[in-house]
Amino acid sequence: MSKVVVVTSGKGGVGKTTTSASLGAALAQAGQNVVVVDFDVGLRNLDLVLGAERRVVFDLVNVVQGDAKLAQALIKDKRVDTLSLLAASQTRDKDALTEEGVKAVIDELRTKFDWIICDSPAGIEKGAMLAMRFADVAVVVTNPEVSSVRDSDRIIGMLDSKTVRAENGETFEKHLILTRFNPVRAAKGEMLGVDDVLEILAIPLLSIVPESPDVLNASNVGCPVTLNSPGSAAAKAYTDAAKRLLGEKVEITTPTEEKQGLFSRLFGRKAVA
Amino acid sequence: MPVTAAAPALPQLRIRGRSFMCLILAPEPPLDAWFQALDEQLRRAASYFVNKPIVVNLAVAQEAGGKLDEIVAALEARGLYIIAVEGLTPDELAGTRWAGLPDLRQKPQDREDPVGGKVIDIPDDPLPAPNVPAVTSLLIDRPVRSGQSIIFEDGDVTIIGPVSSGAEVIAGGSIHIYGALRGRAIAGLRAGANARIFCHKFGAELVAIDGVYDTPESWSAAFNNRAAQVRLEDGVLNIAPLA
Repeated sequence: MSKVVVVTSGKGGVGKTTTSASLGAALAQAGQNVVVVDFDVGLRNLDLVLGAERRVVFDLVNVVQGDAKLAQALIKDKRVDTLSLLAASQTRDKDALTEEGVKAVIDELRTKFDWIICDSPAGIEKGAMLAMRFADVAVVVTNPEVSSVRDSDRIIGMLDSKTVRAENGETFEKHLILTRFNPVRAAKGEMLGVDDVLEILAIPLLSIVPESPDVLNASNVGCPVTLNSPGSAAAKAYTDAAKRLLGEKVEITTPTEEKQGLFSRLFGRKAVA
Repeated sequence: MPVTAAAPALPQLRIRGRSFMCLILAPEPPLDAWFQALDEQLRRAASYFVNKPIVVNLAVAQEAGGKLDEIVAALEARGLYIIAVEGLTPDELAGTRWAGLPDLRQKPQDREDPVGGKVIDIPDDPLPAPNVPAVTSLLIDRPVRSGQSIIFEDGDVTIIGPVSSGAEVIAGGSIHIYGALRGRAIAGLRAGANARIFCHKFGAELVAIDGVYDTPESWSAAFNNRAAQVRLEDGVLNIAPLA
């Protein structure tokens, strides 16, 4: 029984693509057959984050429009062989996608994969609507700041009304991944706390990903953080999220302030190499 | 430059239309009973017809054999001020003091007779059940998310869950929120100033009752995150904590 997961947020730049790649990789590392689909037609990034930018020949738009077969467009990851990518087109725009075309692609992907992870574009326009349209589960990515939380709230409202499942009156699972969480700033009250966000959004928490250079490095080298630095707190957050999606009960860890020694406090700022 | 001599200036005529109200009485056979009913009406509300111009519609009475002059005389004997009769052809009016009056609108053949004189078969079934009163409240038992708008003009709205920043609830009556109010609440579209807004946790972006609105700039932060009610008193919104 395959599951279609939409990774969405409303606001841009909160970590949808990073989360799609990392969660996809984590699920694949757990032995699941996973495809990550980039719906951000015109501004594709998922290929970069997965390090597959030089291997894209055919993309989602080609498949939706019938110019290429799905098998031709799927790109298998070189590090985890159960992970595949369906890239977006960089030269087209969101109008190149049609609801019927997307449905056909998703239906075909359902026959091949356990998890279909749809990386939604920012905004609430056509691209984002089509990314969520056929989903079974949503992962809402939110930063602990008011603008991101409000946009996520808006997206949750749309998930509850604009998806096929919602229109059929079926339940629609929604999970929250809180990214860029900085325990030091949260403790100082400079960003919203976990409880504040959960109170406003009122959906279950899937994971808290700390703000971390590991995440940035992973994006830069084109390798999901769960593969690039598996021991990091961010990688653990995504691995735990994948386990929870698979039904395992894993305690949620809230990142805490790291105890710093005298030297790291004195020389806390790293020189830029 | 020679100017042709103008004709002596005549005053410009002003011709306007105006509507006047007058009462129409239509005596119906049997005339005795009808006049009894009229007397009863006059006894109960003597001033009702005083100085009111009255037009008598004789279309029905004439068909039943009533005499125009007798009917008018009987009416005038009761102190009614008859200014015209209607419902008769000019021939029928000939010889009476009403002859030559402009033909008022309704002639016998104009009377509404949609079935063309056929006997209407009135079914013998019972009256339909009285209308069930319309639903006057709306219950929403999930969060109202940013960008969503709940509009219910017919009565109160009850929400079990939060109303998020950027969401709005608009109600004809009062608004009850069992949760945090962080968006807009607009009450009293129908109920007016009697409507109120209640919430478990106050933090609204805007509240309005009966068109009077207010934003957080003008209320104390002391209400924030407390159970509160908003009501309209003498045209001013009053926010008070709920005990």
